[in-house]
Amino acid sequence: MSEPSQVEIELPAEIRDVEPVQSIRTPIRMTYDYIPSSSAIASLNAYAEKRILGGVSPIDGAVFVPPRGVDPRHGVATTETVDLPDTGHIGSFCVTRLPIPGREDLEIPYVSAWIFLDGADVGFLGLVSGVDTSEVHIGMRVKALWKPDDELGRTAENIVSWIPSGEPSLPFEEAGVRGYRKRSGAKGSDPLA
Amino acid sequence: MNEERLRADLVLEYPFTRTTGPVIGAFMTGLREGIIIGIRRADGTVVVPPLEYDPTSADPLTELVTVGQAGVVESWTWVDPPREQSPWQQPHGLALIHLDGADTPLLHGVLVNSADAMSTGMRVVAKFRAEREGHISDIEGFVPEESVQ
Amino acid sequence: MRDVAIVAAGQRQQAAFTDETEVQILLPIFEQVRNDTGLEQSDIGFTCSGSSDFLAGSAFSFVGTLEGVGAYPPICESHVEMDGAWALYEAWVKLQIGEIDTALVYSYGKSSPGSLRDVLSTQLDPYYLAPLWPDAFALGALQARMMLEQDIVSRDRLTEIAVRSRDHASSSPHAVRKGDATTDFVEASPVIADPLRADDCAAGADGGCVIILAAGDIAKNVCDRPAWIRGIEHRTDAHSLAGRDLLSAQSAALAANAAGVGDDKIDIAELHGPFTHQEHLLETALGITDETIVNPSGGALAGHTMMAAGLMRIAEAATRVSAGAGDRAVAHATSGPWLQQNLVCVMEGD
Repeated sequence: MSEPSQVEIELPAEIRDVEPVQSIRTPIRMTYDYIPSSSAIASLNAYAEKRILGGVSPIDGAVFVPPRGVDPRHGVATTETVDLPDTGHIGSFCVTRLPIPGREDLEIPYVSAWIFLDGADVGFLGLVSGVDTSEVHIGMRVKALWKPDDELGRTAENIVSWIPSGEPSLPFEEAGVRGYRKRSGAKGSDPLA
Repeated sequence: MNEERLRADLVLEYPFTRTTGPVIGAFMTGLREGIIIGIRRADGTVVVPPLEYDPTSADPLTELVTVGQAGVVESWTWVDPPREQSPWQQPHGLALIHLDGADTPLLHGVLVNSADAMSTGMRVVAKFRAEREGHISDIEGFVPEESVQ
Repeated sequence: MRDVAIVAAGQRQQAAFTDETEVQILLPIFEQVRNDTGLEQSDIGFTCSGSSDFLAGSAFSFVGTLEGVGAYPPICESHVEMDGAWALYEAWVKLQIGEIDTALVYSYGKSSPGSLRDVLSTQLDPYYLAPLWPDAFALGALQARMMLEQDIVSRDRLTEIAVRSRDHASSSPHAVRKGDATTDFVEASPVIADPLRADDCAAGADGGCVIILAAGDIAKNVCDRPAWIRGIEHRTDAHSLAGRDLLSAQSAALAANAAGVGDDKIDIAELHGPFTHQEHLLETALGITDETIVNPSGGALAGHTMMAAGLMRIAEAATRVSAGAGDRAVAHATSGPWLQQNLVCVMEGD
């Protein structure tokens, strides 16, 4: 294969002996008016009361948290919601040793985890605290650490982090999506189970 | 839906820096030095602002040339209010300008007080900023040629 | 060429879908086309979508909308950062190759939360144009003035096109600007980018569009009168202003010729012209004559969902062919400044 030929550019005399410009700055700022959907609003309102909502599949009762108004497996709308407890287990996790811009309050290293609430069929992201990073494991039981009542708002930030509940851990093969597949396989509704 | 509507500002920022390569870089260097540069095609016509290639034939272009700083408005519109992130804070003309010595139009602002001062065929001349860095907005805009004579 | 047809088409469009996510906009349309054909997602060989996350600023919304399709177990799927008409083209190519027999194509746009004017500025040349933030109206106005002053089109003709859109849109459930179809009303429309009046510019909208394609006997089995795609092509003009002739729509003419638009009489044309003067350029480029009904839906002027307006033109034309309102129709989609990219699709009923 031949090398692409280097093109010689012929400069006008006026700029032959000056420092060439090699880059330009082109900053872009986009401003949006974000308006949550009705299912997200219901979920945010519940957060303000220290409640966590899930959306219920009309097909087989599978519970999705947070609720998005749709069962993504079947492409059908979900209208029914259910209150979920603020306890669950770690389905998977990651220990991060780099700071996040904008979260200077986080001590390094920190643990982010896929939290599977009791009664939910999917996990969602949360921080884990109150435990040495070396002790965090898949299947570990956790509970929500809420902000003080007078600081609660309509936001998922109400849950500061997830802390160990002290209950016995789930076996690895029943944690996270493995547990979902095992359960849904029993119901016969999941083609991948 | 009877829930109270929630809203939040969502702001996305992209602080891009773009490399120019030798041809666009030469144009930007020229602006910083107060000149306007184009590039000659095989048929002798001049593309302004310059491209690394002929947009019709895709042939590489290499011969950069200095063109005039004045030219003729080929088409125009009026921008009021000015776009928030544009270089302009006042209502202004926006025009396709055929510079002397160029064969393609340059898009830029025209600094006049109202749309009544704009017309196709009017001659305009580039007004450079005092502080220049090598950027398309080193040209503050174009002004009617008669206003600077 | 393998016989491939549009067997179902649906859309939703309104000025703004403020309280619905993109997936919620699409869900009822997916349901409609499934009911129309009896096809489930498991019967679909390939799913292809077109959209841009920059419109609403919601990252990976194009993945999110797959939740509305029901993408589990994992499906064969693709996405284009283009109007959905180009997603339909990708699916059509896959059908021609013979890899699949059915395809689901969709696109959507929710521009209302952001500034479409800003978003469109950022698609321009990043060195010479975008830093000046010219918006789509200003760029359209530069072209319109050239056309008017060089007698390519008259002001009366632009008014006529705007009136036609309002008139046709009156009977369209998806149009957001309709009625008041009089010359006086349009002429009183405020100038928003001299010389363009508000009525010369497409009415912004949120919405979505879904189409099912099927080949051969499957098409005949799931649809009483499929809209057979007899020609589909797309072409593009140069990115740089230096390579553009703003007084014509060259790539649209090339695409129309390649798609065989002029081979026979066209009963219906659905043209994606974001401005009245561009609708005029397109009629010229496609060789449209008086025997064709142009934009019976009101066209993109009556409601312009960014990223879906082109696919909606195909849906409008196909729906009319299937309903027997015409035997041969052409639909057109565009993208980019000054009609830069153009797709032309010719459909026929049996």
